[in-house]
Amino acid sequence: MTRLWNKYRYLFFRRFTQIGLLVLYFGANAWGWTLLMGNLSASSILGIIPLSDPFAGLQMLAAGAVMATDLLIGMLLVSVFYLVVGGRAFCSWVCPINIITDAAALLRRKLGIDAIAKRQPASRNMRYWVLALSLVLSFILGVTAFEFISPISMLHRGIVFGLGFGWAAMFIIFIFDLFVLKNGWCGHVCPLGGFYSLVGKTSLIRVQHTVENCTACMKCKAVCPEGQVLHMINKQSLAVLSGECTNCARCIEVCDDDALGFSLRKFAKQQKRESNNESNK
Amino acid sequence: MSLSRREFLKSSAAASAAAAVGMTVPAELEAAANSAEGGWRWDKAACRFCGTGCGIMMATKNGKIVAVKGDPAAPVNRGLNCIKGYFNAKIMYGADRLTKPLLRMDSHGNFDKHGKFAEISWKRAFDEMEKNIRKALKHGGPESVAVFASGQYTIMEGYAAQKMMKAGFRSNAIDPNARHCMASAVVGFYQTFGVDEPAGCYDDIELTDTVISWGSNMAEMHPILWSRVTDRKLSDPEHVKVVSIQTYTHRTSDLADTEILFSPNTDTALWNYVAREIVMRDDAEKIIDWDFVKQNLIFAAGPVNLGYGMRRANEKSLNPRRPDGSAGKYSAKEMQTINKEMSKVVSAKEGPALEPFGYKEGDTMKNTGGTLAHWEISFEEYKKSLEPYTLDYTAKIVKGDPDESLESFKAKLQQLADLYIEKGRKVVSFWTMGMNQHTRGTWDNTLAYNVHFLVNKQARPGAGAYSLTGQPSACGTAREVGTFTHRLPADMMVKNPTHRKMAEKKWMIPETTLNGVGKQHIMAIHRGIEDGLIKFAWVNVANAYQDSASASHWIKAAREMDNFIVTSDGYPGISAKVSDLILPSAMIYEKWGAYGNAERRTQHWRQQVLPVGDAMSDTWQWVELSKRFTVDDLWGAYAPSGPRKKPLSDVRKAAYAMGYSGDTTMYEILFANKIAQSYTLDQKDPVQEGYDNSEGYGDARNVVGSDGKVFEGYGFFIQKYLWEEYAAFTRGHGHDLAPFDVYQKVRGLKWPVVDGKETAWRFNVKYDPYAAKAVAKSGSTSEYAYYGTLAKALQHGTLTKKDKSSKKKSLANKAKIFARPYMDPPEMPDAEYDTWLATGRVLEHWHSGTMTMRVPELFRAVPEALCYMSPADAKAKGLRQGGRAWVESRRGRVKVRVETRGRNRPPRGLVFVPWFDEKVFINKVCLDATCPMSKQTDYKKCAVKIYKA
Amino acid sequence: MSDRRKFILNMARGIGITALGGFVWSAYVDEAVASQLLLRPPGALKEVDFLKTCIKCGLCVEACPYDTLLLAKPGDNKPLGTPYFIPREIPCYMCPDIPCVPVCPTGALDESSVTTNGKLDINVAQMGVAVIDDSSCIAFWGIQCDACYRACPLLGEAISVVYEKNERTGKHAFLKPIVHTDVCTGCGLCEKACVTEKAAIFVLPREVALGKAGDYYIKGWDKEDDKRVKDAHAIKTKTRLSEKNSLDSLNDSGDLY
Repeated sequence: MTRLWNKYRYLFFRRFTQIGLLVLYFGANAWGWTLLMGNLSASSILGIIPLSDPFAGLQMLAAGAVMATDLLIGMLLVSVFYLVVGGRAFCSWVCPINIITDAAALLRRKLGIDAIAKRQPASRNMRYWVLALSLVLSFILGVTAFEFISPISMLHRGIVFGLGFGWAAMFIIFIFDLFVLKNGWCGHVCPLGGFYSLVGKTSLIRVQHTVENCTACMKCKAVCPEGQVLHMINKQSLAVLSGECTNCARCIEVCDDDALGFSLRKFAKQQKRESNNESNK
Repeated sequence: MSLSRREFLKSSAAASAAAAVGMTVPAELEAAANSAEGGWRWDKAACRFCGTGCGIMMATKNGKIVAVKGDPAAPVNRGLNCIKGYFNAKIMYGADRLTKPLLRMDSHGNFDKHGKFAEISWKRAFDEMEKNIRKALKHGGPESVAVFASGQYTIMEGYAAQKMMKAGFRSNAIDPNARHCMASAVVGFYQTFGVDEPAGCYDDIELTDTVISWGSNMAEMHPILWSRVTDRKLSDPEHVKVVSIQTYTHRTSDLADTEILFSPNTDTALWNYVAREIVMRDDAEKIIDWDFVKQNLIFAAGPVNLGYGMRRANEKSLNPRRPDGSAGKYSAKEMQTINKEMSKVVSAKEGPALEPFGYKEGDTMKNTGGTLAHWEISFEEYKKSLEPYTLDYTAKIVKGDPDESLESFKAKLQQLADLYIEKGRKVVSFWTMGMNQHTRGTWDNTLAYNVHFLVNKQARPGAGAYSLTGQPSACGTAREVGTFTHRLPADMMVKNPTHRKMAEKKWMIPETTLNGVGKQHIMAIHRGIEDGLIKFAWVNVANAYQDSASASHWIKAAREMDNFIVTSDGYPGISAKVSDLILPSAMIYEKWGAYGNAERRTQHWRQQVLPVGDAMSDTWQWVELSKRFTVDDLWGAYAPSGPRKKPLSDVRKAAYAMGYSGDTTMYEILFANKIAQSYTLDQKDPVQEGYDNSEGYGDARNVVGSDGKVFEGYGFFIQKYLWEEYAAFTRGHGHDLAPFDVYQKVRGLKWPVVDGKETAWRFNVKYDPYAAKAVAKSGSTSEYAYYGTLAKALQHGTLTKKDKSSKKKSLANKAKIFARPYMDPPEMPDAEYDTWLATGRVLEHWHSGTMTMRVPELFRAVPEALCYMSPADAKAKGLRQGGRAWVESRRGRVKVRVETRGRNRPPRGLVFVPWFDEKVFINKVCLDATCPMSKQTDYKKCAVKIYKA
Repeated sequence: MSDRRKFILNMARGIGITALGGFVWSAYVDEAVASQLLLRPPGALKEVDFLKTCIKCGLCVEACPYDTLLLAKPGDNKPLGTPYFIPREIPCYMCPDIPCVPVCPTGALDESSVTTNGKLDINVAQMGVAVIDDSSCIAFWGIQCDACYRACPLLGEAISVVYEKNERTGKHAFLKPIVHTDVCTGCGLCEKACVTEKAAIFVLPREVALGKAGDYYIKGWDKEDDKRVKDAHAIKTKTRLSEKNSLDSLNDSGDLY
């Protein structure tokens, strides 16, 4: 039992926060709770503290909208938060799509698809292209372009306000991740993930690898949705410094050898080493 | 029949003004009625809803009503309808239509007052009714068997119900919901004219110069008449004046030149003010036509300490009295108001008005309970009664909007008096529930005639005081047939032995069968159930448990006491819900029928379709019930009971002498006698050809009837029989109705129909053959004869008392002007309950909403009853537009949604909540105080507090 | 292949895919945004600005006490996630405190547009405007209806009834509803109340329903109308006759002689 808990405690907490947030949002709409109203695009805590999606805000800016104070404060609060806890913590701890893509990844492992399709046919940098495109299209069309197609908003809005045909989009993502591209949506396409990768470049909370304990079992690499960030495994003791790490902590859980754990980044010096490493690649 | 040329020109557009129309039927329309084309059939009928009485055509296809159109040949509406009429085709097919008899039962199938409703056969239903009626008769005689009757009965249904109740069960405990609607108007008519129903007709609208609406939202409640008023106003906007006299602003004020908002109940003061202006200015301006007055009128007065028609101290449910102020089944809070029934202190507001009658402010007035007694007084005495109503006093007590300036209000009052007084100006005063639902409603009605008489603007084309009715057959059935506790057909009274004898003879029942005590009016029935006197009650074509004030008491009595309540209805309303047995009734176009509207117009229709499910008409239900009781069952002696202080005699021997035997059923005597059998069913008769008659033939549904066998019909034309027997009462008595077959062709006729001609203006020698006859007989030169016969011999007296030694003087053909003061209602706003509550209707919904709330379009338009209040009040009470609030009186509370804008705009201090919505059960809040003379409930006034929910 | 060539090729491929994706994406967005006969909550910016500014958070939807507001779902064929209402189902009940507007975090619902003298004032909202189809409006047949009039929260101001003689019957009047577009807020209570099968009075966005008389003519009898002069400016006119400049026109005699 304890072992099971140790293996899945972060997963449990992640699902708890993901679902808990949705429950709060849902309750606000259905029963008038006020703790957390709105949805992940923008919300309000107790009707006082505004929170807003900074990426949506950027699109608005590109579209030429007049930026309201509440919106700016909300963007700032959310940005600061993710600057601290790691940008893509949003992806693994908050975003409801993560549950779908995790499920697809799990099934993919179980079906052995990973083993067959070893080579990934697409670049993970695609998301930065999509990110740029979002802003360009927002500018050209004068609307928040990604928000019109975002399956993320579609899902969380859907859960709070009614899904409509949105289930189809969810299904497509699941199938895409399962059969077409491993970690396809979250790891390759999602511009919001891309945005938070950029935000998370300098965040404080990091996964730390201790090479001395590593037995090179590579379980961590198998579960990691952004495998490339674990390039140091069994090579050197180093924090995972890439912004693309989602801080999901699955690697920590699956490591039987205590070779991975959370740490606060030791700022200046490691960053340098990391960047050296990148350029050496 | 000579209209002046001017009048004729005016009315020629209406094409129906004079009686000249007679019975001519345009050939094309007659043809249209019967033609079946393209798989549907059009036939004429009357609208199901209000007392306006619009003519409609129904389209039937595959045995269902599929469409409706306004009947262009109908003189009332010329093809138009209001939005309720627009949906006549949809009212019968609600998803929850009752289709089978339902009884509360336990798990073994036995009747259980606390059981759940389950389907039973018609046979079982009548078994249960029979058993419980026998039980009730044993308990308290005929007075223990009661019927909540209706102004929405067809004439034949009402006649059948009344015949079985009064002749069969010998019970006068039958009273219609029309009691709640126009009883005050009736007593007003009786007191003033000695006979019921309006003198004028709707053509008055086209002929008048002035329409004054007193306590009536005609725009919403009589929309078709209102469109005629509007047309009249348009035709001469400068000259034609419209005045709206109300307690709150509503749709009727839109068209008005002047709106007078009065403080609830003070309309009596307003009428007296106008009368005072006429009388006091007469010397200088020669207003009163003294020849007319002397020839046609006398002055009268009666006691003023009448109480308010509430429960009296000796009644069972008010005992015992407890030290905390509560009494019997009534809380201390309720008793605060009820105690005023016994005695009250004269207030500062009413003090000056009561002074001529011997009371002043601070006096304690001992109330006697209602009496109709009155005596003749001199004109000088009458004049004395008017003296208090100076402009200052009147304006002070009458002004209803606290935010209006006294000066502008005074100017309006003067203007009003001037309109009545202006020489040559024709004036029609219309009123509805505002003046009838009033603890001095009878007074209010007679005060209206006073003014019209004094200026000789009564019973003339385009001039008259005109009481409008709310229900489609309040006139036709409730009043003319006499389904009231105190009435018999055609203005006869159960109290009058001669009248009883006439009825007994027509009904072929032994002399003295009829019960001479008719005091169980609708509130007395509710109270009688609560007192345990009444053990069996049957709700017919009504919703007695939603429409009566102090509703919680009556519902509690029905549900918790040992009694048996039956409801016949098309839909499961509140009355059905509190009943023990529910009978599915055929609705209007599923049976042959007739209604009589507010201008004395009687309109017939044929059965258009078969009823839904196993539903059967109320006529059938009454006739089937009559099969269960024999001469020996019902016509023995009965000990005194309830209001009847003398025994009822045993008439069985007399019955045997008439050829009946002990086991002859009431069916054989009252409904299937030889005369009845002579009305044959005949498919070659053009009236009947091609039409169903579920009572006559049975029908294709093969409904299993009250004897457990398929009902195959009575074998004779029962509706025609009931009609003709009833009509025979009316003929020769100033109420003459035409033969059954005639009404199948015409678009209704205004009675009295004499020599085939209808009567437009009664009492006017020029138009009314009865008046002409009366004048000829008396040799008078008068242009009028008020030939009613009720209370037409009076003693003499003063305002304060009758001279007991005076001789009775005959007043044949004369009408009366009554001295009647302003008095407070029993419950007025105070520090705790600080707001007036008035209830009423909205255009979209009919009464308790059982039909219209099932029409999706009407439901969507007005899905809930709102509490209309002034924005200032809402703000002061911390209420939000659209927010929820409690409306609470001494009797109960309901949750409402606050509406501070929109169609009804009360002044500060008053709220209006309509009563159609069973979810906003406002009658739990209302007070069951009535006019002590008419017994009509005052739904327009009680005191409430309103606070946030 | 050299790294450099590979890089260029990758770039080109990326640009190609991006262009294709961007094309499909923008086509979709354009379509979703273009058509709509949508009614927005009170205080909504002009549709173009609204779509820029609305963050689709649903706070306005949650604030609405009557469940009037909806967020567009996939399949609704409306700009995804934006708030709207369908008056025939649930109209805007025009709460005096307009709870839906102040909660908007982005100003897409603009408080200042529903404020008079520093106080929230729902009566100045312009969600849409009611339009009457007088062929199916039964009041125009002579039926005594005016359900819309009675339902109107600005009764007598936004909808009034005009009286007209009914010459056919000779004794009744038409009571016809008319909408005053300058007062109508587009709340839709009239559309909800309309008793015809499909509403004969219905709310459309103001840009769709209303025409526009030019600012070059002002109603001389209406002081209020003077306001329009503010926007008036000199207009250079051009018709087919005057499209060429005068010199060219004079020199082109055509077949005149």
